Amino acid sequence: MSERKATVASSSGLHARPASLFAEAAGAAGVEVTIAMDGAPAEDAMDASSILSLMTLGAEHGSVVVLRAEGDGADAALDKLVAMLETDLDAV
Amino acid sequence: MQNFPGVGVSPGRIVGPVRQMPRPLSEPPAGEKRAPGTTADGAAATLQAAAKAVQAELRGRAAGAAGDAKAVLEATALMAADPMLLKAAVKLINAGTSAERAVWEAADGVAAMLAGLGGYMAERATDVLDVRARIIAALRGVPAPGIPASDGPFILVAEDLAPADTATLDPAVVVALVTAGGGPQSHTAIIARSLGLPAVVAAAGVDTLPDGTEVYVDGAAGTISTGPGDRERAAAAAWAANASTLAAFTGPGTTADGHLVPLLANVGGARDAVKAAAAGAEGVGLLRTEFCFLERDTEPSIVEQVEAYQGVFDAFPGKKVVVRTLDAGADKPLPFLTDASEPNPALGVRGYRTDLSSPGVLERQLAAIARAAGQSTADVRVMAPMISTPAEAAGFASLCAAAGLHTPGVMVEVPSAALTAESILREVEFASLGTNDLTQYTMAADRQLGPLAALNNPWQPAVLQLVRLTVAGAAAEGNGTPVGVCGEAAADPALAVVLVGLGVSTLSMTARSLAAVAAVLATVTLKEAQEIATLALRATSPGEARDRARGKLPILDELGL
Repeated sequence: MSERKATVASSSGLHARPASLFAEAAGAAGVEVTIAMDGAPAEDAMDASSILSLMTLGAEHGSVVVLRAEGDGADAALDKLVAMLETDLDAV
Repeated sequence: MQNFPGVGVSPGRIVGPVRQMPRPLSEPPAGEKRAPGTTADGAAATLQAAAKAVQAELRGRAAGAAGDAKAVLEATALMAADPMLLKAAVKLINAGTSAERAVWEAADGVAAMLAGLGGYMAERATDVLDVRARIIAALRGVPAPGIPASDGPFILVAEDLAPADTATLDPAVVVALVTAGGGPQSHTAIIARSLGLPAVVAAAGVDTLPDGTEVYVDGAAGTISTGPGDRERAAAAAWAANASTLAAFTGPGTTADGHLVPLLANVGGARDAVKAAAAGAEGVGLLRTEFCFLERDTEPSIVEQVEAYQGVFDAFPGKKVVVRTLDAGADKPLPFLTDASEPNPALGVRGYRTDLSSPGVLERQLAAIARAAGQSTADVRVMAPMISTPAEAAGFASLCAAAGLHTPGVMVEVPSAALTAESILREVEFASLGTNDLTQYTMAADRQLGPLAALNNPWQPAVLQLVRLTVAGAAAEGNGTPVGVCGEAAADPALAVVLVGLGVSTLSMTARSLAAVAAVLATVTLKEAQEIATLALRATSPGEARDRARGKLPILDELGL
């Protein structure tokens, strides 16, 4: 199991357009990626490719989230997704 | 050739194919099980396929859209095949539920979760329900709800249209609106006039016309007919040619003999105000301040309100802007102000009356208006909706004075206010007739009900009498208190002439109608308008009143109004 922490950089948090872009990227990652707020139990983590999960997560600008994935390519996929979260997607 | 008589609510003549608005989807019955012989895997696969099809359709539409609309469509497309939504549905399918019921309940759960988060997320709950409706339509093999997608322009036909239906309406594609239900004051009528689309409401039977049927719509006469011939095509072509002249208003509004009738605009925010100013409006006769309050759980701060009002005032430097204080209640409920459980909301705590149940909100609004007015050059006046007695008018005037607003006025929309106009106008500086509610209350007929369309007609002689009495009350009061009209009636060029003849001094309407009203008003002298008003007043039915007035205004037919 690989794990990464990331700080949400988008000014509107993980809603709206940033959530769409991130869900789409997570869905295309090739491995199953979960997302949870930092400090939340791992079993409460949600499917990162689900825009509805991302919206109910309630991550705001500056929130720290934990991404997890398993299997081949997990590390590379997580690195890519972390970089995305740490970019202001509202400005893209 | 088949004819469907209805009520014309927005002028224009057009020939085109009809498209029926799909009927709202019925809820799959609670507890509905998978059909015998279907497996859980099979049902789940069917649901997946339907979800993917909806997603593909929405992605296709996103590709053809731009800006905000594109972003919304892309997000909605993702929701359609969202793993969280589908997993929850598949769980129910595995427990024996039918695919339709499963996605219905799963989406309910997600929507409730989003609604619970409030704010932006709560607004997205609607998107989840929209996606659900599309998936269920795909499962049933019926058209998705909402305005049909189309490559070419068409005439939209519906039982009735709600604000949610028309939010995405593109006037380049939808070229006319026709409803089987609804009345002259219904949402369909209001949206048609603001978009400048010909529209006919209460045309029974039109909802049975097959998609693609070519029809002729005359939004002034209120008729729809199938199999249009050369005559109808020529009329439509003439309208299209005239439409450009009817789009330009350069003011001022005047009768043929130079009696000035300022033509003002009804606006609901800064964007509207900028458009109205560009359309030549001589000021704002009705600023609906609800725009600043609607869809909010809490009262907006004074600072937010100042900014919102300022945007409108800045569009009309040096011109008159009449601000109507918050008109919540009835069809415009507000969670922090009105009681949704009232059995009779139209007769309930609404308009000025909310100051009784929630004191403070109005005072803060007046403070915000005063502050915004102080920072602008607009000639700002304020009026209260739903005033019924002189005591209420006096109460409002003293609140205005305390806020430093020196031109208080009242809306006349309750018959008691028209009947006691002399005493009421002693307390304030002006009155504005809200003909939509005045008609509803005079005729005791709900504005939204199609079967009552004939009653709910501002041409009703009883309504015209109340207009006359209000003007007479203002004259008796002796200070030359002006009486304007800011209801939909002012946008009907023939009725506008009657109102001027009855002594109304200003007309405020959707900016779209300014040019048509100005063009017709300019063909009559004040004396002729007074004669036409007398003819209408003496009629015994709204149809007779309208026919009498129109008979004296040949310009209407020339312009296709």
